[in-house]
Amino acid sequence: MAALALASSLLAACGGDGGKPELVWYINPDSGGQDAVAEKCSTDEYTISTQVLPQDAGQQRIQLARRLAAKDPSIDLMSIDPPFTAEFADAGFLAEVPQDAKAKLEEQGTFKGAMDAATWKDDLVVFPFWSNTQVLWYRKSFVEKAGIDMSQPVTWDQIIDAASENDAKIGVQANKYEGYVVWINALVEGAGGHILEDAGEGVDAKITLAGEAGQDAASVIEKLATSEAAPADLSVSNEGTAGSTFGSDQGSFLVNWTYIWHNYDDTAPDVAKDIGYTRYPQTVEGEESRPPYGGIGIGVSAYSDEKDFALEAAQCLVSPESQGINAEITGNMPASTQGYDYPKLKEQYPADLLELFQTSVDAAAPRTVTPYWSDVSGSIQNIWHPPRAVDEDTPERATVFIEDVLKGGDLL
Amino acid sequence: MTATVAPEKDATRPGRSGRSEKKPASDRSTAENRLGLKLVAPAVVLMLLVTAWPMIQALYLSLFRYRLTAPDDRAFVGVDNYLTILSDDQFWKSTLTTLLIMVVTVAVELVIGFAFAMVMHRIVFARGLMRTSILIPYGIITVVSAFAWQFAFSLNNGFVNSWFNWLPFIADDTNWFGDYPHAMFAIMVSEIWKTTPFMALLLLAGLAQVSEDMLEAAKVDGATWTQRLTKVILPNMRAAIMVAVLFRALDAYRIFDNIFVMTKGAEGTQSISFLTYRQVIEQMQLGLGSAMSVLLFLSVLLLAWLIVKLFRVDLAQARGEG
Repeated sequence: MAALALASSLLAACGGDGGKPELVWYINPDSGGQDAVAEKCSTDEYTISTQVLPQDAGQQRIQLARRLAAKDPSIDLMSIDPPFTAEFADAGFLAEVPQDAKAKLEEQGTFKGAMDAATWKDDLVVFPFWSNTQVLWYRKSFVEKAGIDMSQPVTWDQIIDAASENDAKIGVQANKYEGYVVWINALVEGAGGHILEDAGEGVDAKITLAGEAGQDAASVIEKLATSEAAPADLSVSNEGTAGSTFGSDQGSFLVNWTYIWHNYDDTAPDVAKDIGYTRYPQTVEGEESRPPYGGIGIGVSAYSDEKDFALEAAQCLVSPESQGINAEITGNMPASTQGYDYPKLKEQYPADLLELFQTSVDAAAPRTVTPYWSDVSGSIQNIWHPPRAVDEDTPERATVFIEDVLKGGDLL
Repeated sequence: MTATVAPEKDATRPGRSGRSEKKPASDRSTAENRLGLKLVAPAVVLMLLVTAWPMIQALYLSLFRYRLTAPDDRAFVGVDNYLTILSDDQFWKSTLTTLLIMVVTVAVELVIGFAFAMVMHRIVFARGLMRTSILIPYGIITVVSAFAWQFAFSLNNGFVNSWFNWLPFIADDTNWFGDYPHAMFAIMVSEIWKTTPFMALLLLAGLAQVSEDMLEAAKVDGATWTQRLTKVILPNMRAAIMVAVLFRALDAYRIFDNIFVMTKGAEGTQSISFLTYRQVIEQMQLGLGSAMSVLLFLSVLLLAWLIVKLFRVDLAQARGEG
């Protein structure tokens, strides 16, 4: 009976009010930015309502993919994490993005990294909405005490040594989850390598993690995990716990997304005043770092009953103004240069920080666009976790394992 | 569940007695049997629909390479999925982890559960209150209890480290989810806390079956408390203990929620159910995942058979006929 009642109430909800279509937008949880944009982009012809997906990116993928595989028409728009875009596009879950929309996105100065992450097999498949990147946050009081010159590029070695010598901890993301692979990918790319190449070959892609760059990445993780600078909760650390480590008395350095800037305003004003920032640390001294790339692209479901309205709505959702409103509320930065022109952002963030965000996004290394990213990422997590077990053999073992998993020879 | 061990009131009913010695069935009993079959038919059909059909479908899917996000690549691969699983290290490691969780938790639960059952059986004052309090953890949803214990063991905001840091193996910064032994301990504590009441409940039903006359007789004969426990109470509860162990062992073998919430399978704490979940739900490998489900089902069957054999209990006896 309860199930029947629930089903009928759901059906009633789907009906909308008096013929005006309701576009349902599945969003990742945030502090209200997407709700505000949805309201702004609702018109006389349709309203956009939001449904919140789980917190974890992997769980967001699962929920969306399972619904889409069942051709669920109740999803019109969805916020998709970049590493899963290719998988959705390859499976035919996404409606085609019209050419004029693509031209408009280029016109508003959408970052190259954002466009690349939104493209599969030369077609733009999602609308880049926000583009996030990580920078190196530091406690000004700490670097002063440790005597490090933060005006010059710093390396992982340097910050690990500085923190170890001064009884401080470094905040990173090393739990067994996607965030850990974000870190590994940035380290590998920062050493001039890639996790995999020839992604277009699907399961036959070339896994290049075992090269020199992979070794460099492994040695950074090994060094941190076995040093005094490793927080006690390293193997379960995520963005939130790393933020807490940074805010504690032992806080020194933190690699984290852009929203950290306003993270301590209310809870720890002293810490907020003590935050400094610079570009993501180098894996290898002298080689430019490749900060992580994150963000959200808006996809239109191929099974939506209101595809035309949804495509129209998506263009409004990713307009520079919408990107600005979202950034103002959530701290998730725009995916375009015009988005950065949103006046309130300039009030909220120092000009040099906004510039750092933009140069970091430009230099960022997106995770390889492949429909099999979840297998690649899951395999890396299996072999590289826990961080204290990482050694020089780890990249090679991971390479063999990824190949086996992709070819169906191993369980994940 | 307790009905399984409850004494069969009407042991003279036709059909029952026919087990050991065959008597010609009377017209009445034939008619009753026929009516009985008709009455259960709808339930049987429904069961087949909701239970047998998914099982058959899983069996069928397990013969394919089939990924939900790449439906065009679906191909018949025969028993390849089974061979992949059975030759995989992770499968065997997860099986060992699962067996370890099962053996330890069931053993601990059996001891604590028995103590609780004794308390619930013998207590004379505040009986209802005491019984209810013991049963509360079982009424809590597993995911909720897993979160509660995760917070308790958390390095950042848990109380376990600060309350028990006087113990030699616990420090203020012990990361309970940072290595295999600690993580397994936390998972098992949560599992034991949650399900011991269920064990106690089943054992209480068994205790209620032990005749007071026998205990009185043993007492008169000068048996000590330990002798009464080991020679009278436990042997007479064998069927009830078997049922309790069987139910809990099968449940524990399928452990999922605690691991999903507390470690997500990190640090080698992956159970068989969790590994299956990863293939079916996370990787959307319907073929490989279905093969794992089939293997999980078969191992549960094997386990049930082993436990029944181990206790040398005739299931009919367990119904109180012996």
